[in-house]
Amino acid sequence: MRYVLKKTATTLATLLVVSLLLFVAFQLISGDPATHILGTGATPERLAALRAELGLDQPLPARYLMWLTAFARGDAGVSYVYHQSVSSLLSAKVPVTFALAAMSFVLMCAIGLPMGIACAKHAGSPIDRAVMVANQIIMAIPPFFAGILISWAFGMGLHLFTPGGYVSYETSVPRFLGYLVFPAVAIALPRAAQLAKLLRGSLLEEAGKNYARTAYSRGNNTNGVLYGHLLKNAFLPALTFLGMSLGTMLAGSLVVERVFNIPGISSILLASIGNRDYPVVLATVMLIAVFIIFVNLLVDILYKVLDPRIDEE
Amino acid sequence: MHGDSVIADAPILQIRNLRLEFHDHGHPEVAVEDLSLTLHRGEILGVVGESGSGKSMTALAIAGLLNRHALDCGGEILFDGVDLLHCGRSTLRHYQGDEISMIFQEPMTSLDPLQRIGMQVEEALRIHHKELSAAERKEAAIRAMGAAGLAEPEQVYGMYPHELSGGMRQRVMIAAATVSRPQILIADEPTTALDVTTQAQIIALLRQINAEDGTAIVFISHDLSLVRQLCHRVIVMRRGVAVEMGTSDEVFLNPRHAYTQSLVDAIPKVVL
Ligand SMILES: Nc1ncnc2c1ncn2[C@@H]1O[C@H](COP(=O)(O)OP(=O)(O)OP(=O)(O)O)[C@@H](O)[C@H]1O
Ligand SMILES: [Mg+2]
Repeated sequence: MRYVLKKTATTLATLLVVSLLLFVAFQLISGDPATHILGTGATPERLAALRAELGLDQPLPARYLMWLTAFARGDAGVSYVYHQSVSSLLSAKVPVTFALAAMSFVLMCAIGLPMGIACAKHAGSPIDRAVMVANQIIMAIPPFFAGILISWAFGMGLHLFTPGGYVSYETSVPRFLGYLVFPAVAIALPRAAQLAKLLRGSLLEEAGKNYARTAYSRGNNTNGVLYGHLLKNAFLPALTFLGMSLGTMLAGSLVVERVFNIPGISSILLASIGNRDYPVVLATVMLIAVFIIFVNLLVDILYKVLDPRIDEE
Repeated sequence: MHGDSVIADAPILQIRNLRLEFHDHGHPEVAVEDLSLTLHRGEILGVVGESGSGKSMTALAIAGLLNRHALDCGGEILFDGVDLLHCGRSTLRHYQGDEISMIFQEPMTSLDPLQRIGMQVEEALRIHHKELSAAERKEAAIRAMGAAGLAEPEQVYGMYPHELSGGMRQRVMIAAATVSRPQILIADEPTTALDVTTQAQIIALLRQINAEDGTAIVFISHDLSLVRQLCHRVIVMRRGVAVEMGTSDEVFLNPRHAYTQSLVDAIPKVVL
């Protein structure tokens, strides 16, 4: 319990530091928001009035606190370009991106874990070797290219789905998820191949350890040794990889959304970067940072749950 | 101490012309050349011999832990009318951990680091005695742990391996190996990794298990004085063959083979 509290405290501290760095960085690069909003032709009086309204006349620490507390409440300011609140711009899109990332993650586990186990179990067999060669190839395919291939093969070739026929989750959740399956596969495949390889290697390493021999000496069959002892031990090195994968899945989602015309945060993020619409960019980056930092906390807690050797210090 | 009176003549395990040869490195490597021996019911058989003489390979062969894919196996290991060297995997598993158990040289790494001690001690019962309830298994495990000299077995039951010393882990290994009261216990250098005091305690424990349960023990060691103290009979191995076998007295007081003589000469005289 002390371990969890300590990790949570570290996480919150990390969040504060990251948010401060992001805030300061965006202050430095974004220049004067009032000029952005009113344009360069605005009179000095109107600019001063808007600055006061936005709190820009306050010192930096005060502005940071205002921004942070507002962000925590879900208020990330107003877009320079669309002149509406950032939260209303993002609220419909964020769930789409996160759903795609989450589905990719689940698919990665559903493909990678059983494949790693099967390959370790039949290590050295022709099937194992074939899968490992295929893995090597799949690992090298970037998600956007896999997306294009899948869209072409399953969409235009086999007509299993309609490219561009996106259905909003507000219309129908099952059809929304159905549309996400193919893009999710494109994101998940390379990571699943890596996961399979990692788990296979980790399992084989554990199988060579003394406790595995002990487990056999008690009359376990292969599955008994594998599922009763090796898997949990072999899973520990995979856990860090799984945690990092969530970040990768998010990045993959941003790219693959473009290929499959999915209205996630990708399009607005790219547009906002192009338009120098800093409030939108800052909010999006901040969201991703918060997500990744919390995933790390979750991984740390899972380590503690799985491994009794991690001390309470 | 019961001593030699425990030895009955009934053989419980017979090894005939055991030959184990590795074939996975291109050039063949003979681990055991031609070994025949008999283990009697309730006896402690010492196996000594220089490094690489094939002691561990023989032990693993009896315990059914050889990687058969990497080996050419010749001869037979008869237990209960079954040839353990060539029988099917499931027949082998039927005996492993129930009739034939093994403890190893490395107590620090022989336990699953992520599983509680109790689960590991009970494992043989979970596999072989499904008729037992969870409570009965726990009771048997705690009894075995107490018998193996673990103070407060109820507490150790819920602990993890990293919380125990090497000596305690070896006691846990012994408890797990004896929980189903096997007929044969194979101990491959079980005290090599332990300090002298703990070593003496483990030896006393093995003697006690042999005396009380009549468990036959194959005791492999480099320490001839330990073998002399503990074992009823001894075989001396060299380069994959048994060069000498007999009762401890015969072998140690009156070695016939020059190699045995050289081993015996190396023991401090006070022990003999
Ligand atoms: N995996 C292997 N591949 C090839 N040869 C092996 C392998 N394992 C063992 N051997 C050989 O088998 C022979 C017997 O080894 P074994 O481990 O039984 O010796 P030992 O008597 O137990 O020695 P020690 O006293 O050092 O434990 C050795 O010569 C060794 O080189
Ligand atoms: Mg050895």
